[in-house]
Parts: sequence; structure tokens; C-alpha cells
Amino acid sequence: MSNVRILVACKRVVDYAVKIRVNAAGTAVETANIKHSMNPFDEIGTEQAIQIKEALAKAKGNAEVVVVSCGPAKAQETLRTALAMGADRAIHVETNDELQPLAVAKLLKAVVEKEKPNLVILGKQAIDDDSNQTGQMLAGLLNWPQATFASKVELTDAAMTVTREVDGGVETIKTTLPAVLTTDLRLNVPRYASLPNIMKAKKKPLAKFTVADLAVDIKPRLETLKITEPAKRQGGKIVESVDDLLDKLKNEAKVL
Amino acid sequence: MFAAALRPRFAAAVAKPAVLGAIRPRFFTQAAVARSSIPSLHTLTEDEELLRESVARFAQEQVLPKVSQMDETEKLDKDVLKGLFEQGLMGIETDSKYDGSESSFMSAILTIEELAKVDPSISVICDVQNTLVNTLFRKYASEDIKSRYLPRLATDTVGCFCLSEAGSGSDAFALQTRAVKDGDNYILNGTKMWITNSGEAEIFLVFANVAPEKGYKGITCFVVDKSMGVKVGKKESKLGIRASSTCTLNFDDIVVPAGNILGEVGKGYKYAIEILNEGRIGIAAQMLGLAQGAFDATMPYLFQRKQFNTLIGNFQGMQQQYAQIAVDIEAARLLTYNAARLKEQGKPFVKEAAMAKLYASQVAERTASRCIEWAGGIGFTRDFPIEKFYRDCKIGAIYEGTSNIQLQTIAKILEKQYSS
Repeated sequence: MSNVRILVACKRVVDYAVKIRVNAAGTAVETANIKHSMNPFDEIGTEQAIQIKEALAKAKGNAEVVVVSCGPAKAQETLRTALAMGADRAIHVETNDELQPLAVAKLLKAVVEKEKPNLVILGKQAIDDDSNQTGQMLAGLLNWPQATFASKVELTDAAMTVTREVDGGVETIKTTLPAVLTTDLRLNVPRYASLPNIMKAKKKPLAKFTVADLAVDIKPRLETLKITEPAKRQGGKIVESVDDLLDKLKNEAKVL
Repeated sequence: MFAAALRPRFAAAVAKPAVLGAIRPRFFTQAAVARSSIPSLHTLTEDEELLRESVARFAQEQVLPKVSQMDETEKLDKDVLKGLFEQGLMGIETDSKYDGSESSFMSAILTIEELAKVDPSISVICDVQNTLVNTLFRKYASEDIKSRYLPRLATDTVGCFCLSEAGSGSDAFALQTRAVKDGDNYILNGTKMWITNSGEAEIFLVFANVAPEKGYKGITCFVVDKSMGVKVGKKESKLGIRASSTCTLNFDDIVVPAGNILGEVGKGYKYAIEILNEGRIGIAAQMLGLAQGAFDATMPYLFQRKQFNTLIGNFQGMQQQYAQIAVDIEAARLLTYNAARLKEQGKPFVKEAAMAKLYASQVAERTASRCIEWAGGIGFTRDFPIEKFYRDCKIGAIYEGTSNIQLQTIAKILEKQYSS
């Protein structure tokens, strides 16, 4: 492949190291004044796109990496991170409304139609809602092949070989391009943004669209009834013997 | 329990101004509502935030696993040094045309702070390279010297700042290293001591006197390559910052081309003073990071360990200690960031820089010492990171101007202000 455009979707989520709390009303996870960062699987996606770009550059080819994020104004911070990692330009679809996977998939479809990428990379899921749906829905809406949970990717002329992590082990599949790819944890180790790249990122273009620009219906199809924290773990007990253990399982826990 | 008891009274106190508000003059209520557009000292730009994140991750993932091994063996890990260069952290303010990161002084300060939270030795390597070595080149060197040395310093070569000698520390201008003109060259002779980073350095900024009869006005700064014959002598075995090398350097009849004089002949003393003035903000940042690193490494333990059936962090005696230390760290941070912003805005900063360095080094010592006490037995052992912060903090009161020199700098400025 000599000339490719790769679109990478990046979501701004509550940082993986933050202890999340459910709000008082039990309707959502508390997000005000909490550290956010790029969804780790999207970081892997961005890294993969940059690695493809670097490999192509060595072979005298060219790849353009375009990152896209849908969400409030702060999503631009996530896009800047992706630009500082090495993406070429960014697209922000700005909205303060709730976005469910189907809505994001439709917005991304509209961006794909504008940008005409050869490959769309998404994280297999976002660590906030763990839906694991957007990539698959996007492939369905576009009627493109999909390769999900990728742990290895090889790009050849107009085709892509992907190793996927499935329940029984790994599976290797080949798809034509354009295609949708979703990343799993072991695909690569994302780089940190280096300081020169952080400085260069400021000058890279960031285009903004509204939902109306893309003419997409983002109305939520699902209603969240209640969000609760997991039950608090009760302290463990140390037992003296196997008999003791059996006794406790039978008579205290009543699971035998 | 106390909070609950106080609540009704507190609520009444809050309610009062609302009642009085109606009869207060109007300007008063407006003042309460108006928002200042002046950002707090904690406000960072978007790239400063991004940089801080990135350096923090680098420190956690690439430096942290090697900290205790580097300390034990007194050796800088090669991959850590390589990482600093790859991340663009060794040429932070250097122009991109010299392969630098073309970022700001504040970015350097934040980098030094973040690295020090994890390892103050790695922090000082980055600090000296950026705030002393690169800055001397950037501010005073000719285009020729800049283009020959800055790209190397930004990409793969460590530099060092060679001022101190056996007989000249605080009295820096009593230095005995001589440079004698010989045609188009100068011949350097002398010995430098306690030179930070000199074990890894390939480029040496050497202060030598070309005209001892003129006193300090003979002091000149030479750019010396290791290949010119610099002999790196004894590596000191130190109390703290052990991964950073500190060596004696011998210059025996070293021939340095006149073209390698940095700036002007006889201006070396001026350059040294000016560089150290801003370098101090870097050391303040190192000490600030050290204090925060020790605090962060210790505080969670206070809420894990129980004595007398109570988490030790819940004892009032402990609460008052860690609250006080948190205030000290906050104050050190504000002094440091304020000095950095003044410097960045081209305003006078010498007094503020000296204050920041003095205070941050005191806070670092106090914090590390308290942290060991809070962690008790485990704080004293090498299996935990706290004792290393305590050993690392002492240097803050010594290098780039001792605490006495900082006080003297501050006092001189005050004298001038109040005596005229």
C-alpha cells in the first residue's frame, strides 16, 4: 500500500487509575472534577495507526492518521494527546448530549463518508461503559468487513491480516480494505507523547463539526434506570483445616 | 462527629451574609460575584498539562523500576538516559532548528519536578542539562558554537557545568583553573571538583581565568570536548542522588581553540551568576518534587496501618503533622512556580528564585524526615522508597548556592531596597 488514510476514534473517559463513584441520585458515575484521559484501547489504536504510518514511510509509502472524538469541548484534550503521539490531524464532533454506541457509530459513519479512510481503528471498548459495540455497529452501518479484538495486524495491498484473541485461543483472519479494526490489550504498547511532539501538536489542524453538520440522529435508544456500586467486600476468614472449611461452607455460607 | 455538631452553627454563619446583603453597599456584593481573570499559580497551559502527564508516565514506567538498583550500584541506567533524550527532555527550551523541543522554562521546571517525585537523581541530570548547560549555550554562544553543540546536547550527549574547585565553592571567583593564550588556541590547566553529570558528559563548560591579574574579570567560559583530553577522575561515593555522577576533572595542558570560547573573554563570571540565578528555580523544582514524592509514597500507609484499633492517619497528632507538611509543600510549590513565571515573563526574579530554592530545600528535608517517622520501622528500611528521599534531600541545601548564599542573595536585595 502506498497511500492510506487511517481514521482512529478516541474517547475521553475517566482515567483508569481513578476510583469511580456513583452520584448521589444513582443515575450516573460522578465525572465532575475527576481526572480524565484517553480510553486505553484507543491509545493502542492511535499507536497502531502511527506504527503503520512509520512502517509505510520506511517503504516510501505514505499514511495519514486522522483522529476523531465525539463529545463535549474537553474531548479536544484527548485529541491533542493523540496529535502529540503523532497523529496528523483531528476532528472533533462537539456535543454535550449523551452518546450511546449507536449514536457514535452513526456519527463516525458520517465522518467516514467525508474522509474516505482505508481503515478505521477503534478500541474494542471504552473503559467507562464497557459496551464493546461501536466498532461492530460502525462496520454494520458501513457494510464493511470487521476485525475485532486484534492482537496483531499486518497490512498488505488492499488487504489486512489480523490475529484476534478469541475464547479458545487466537484466530487469524484476512479482510479486504476498507475495513473496521478494533484493538485488544496486547496489540502494542502505546508511546508517550514526547515534548517536541507536544509542541508540534499545537500547530496541527483540528476541525470541528456539530451533530447538525453531520445530520445524524443521536437520540438515546436505551434508558438507564439505575447505577449502583458493587457490594462492599466482606472481610475474609482464615480456617484451620479442610474440615473446618467444609463446615463453614455448609453451615455458614450455605453453598454446599 | 465534630463536623455534625458544628454544622448548624456553620449553616447559620453562611445564612447571615445573605440577610445582611440587602442593606450592604452594592459594590460589596458585586465584588463577591465578580470573577478575576488572573489565573492562579496552579494554572498550566494545555501543553504544560500534556507534558506533565507524559513525564509522569515516563517516570512511573521507565524510571521507577530502576530507582533502587541505580541507587545501590551508584550507576545511571543507560536506557533511562536514552529515554530522557528520546522524550525530548534534554533540550526542552532549545530551538527546533537545533533539534530541541522548543518549549518553555516552565515546562523544564515541571519536568524536573515530575522526575524528582520518582527519582531526584534523574531529575538533577535533566535539570543541569537544561537550566545550566543548554541555557548557557542558548543565551551567550555564537551561532557557530550553537549549531555545533546544541543539536548534540538535545539528542544524545550529556553536558556539564564546571565551576567549583577544591578551594572555590561559594567563593566561586577564587577559581584557580588557568587558560593561557597560545596563537589561535588557549591552553587549559586546573582541576574541577564535584561536577554533576561529569561521569557521562562529553561536553564540558569550563570556567577558567585568562588574566588572573584582573581578578574575576579574567574568568572566561570555554566549551571543551572530552576528546580534547579531559581526564575524568575520581567518582565521589555520596549520601544521596547516587545515580547522578559527581567527579573530579583534570585539565592538563588541554588545547582549546579560541573559537570555543562561549560568549566574550572575561565575561564568564557574569554568565555563571546569571545562569545560577535561574538554575536555582530548577533545584527548587527538584526539591519540591522530592517532597511531594516522599509525601505521596507515605500518606497511603497512614490509612492502612492500625495501632490501638485506629488507622494511624486518624490520630490527631498525625493529622496535625501531615496537614502542616501539606501546607509547606504547597507554599514551596507557589514560590517555585511564581519564580518560574517571573523568569518566563522577563521580570526580576533573583530574590524570588533564591527564596524558592532555600525554602523548597528546607521543605524537602522536613518532609522526607517526617515521612520516615510516619512510616516507622518500614520507613527506615531500604525495601521502601522513603529513606532514599531523606538521603537525596540534603544536596538541596548545598549545590547551586548553599542555603547561606541564598539568604545572602535575598538579604543583599533587601538591603538595597531599604538602605537607599
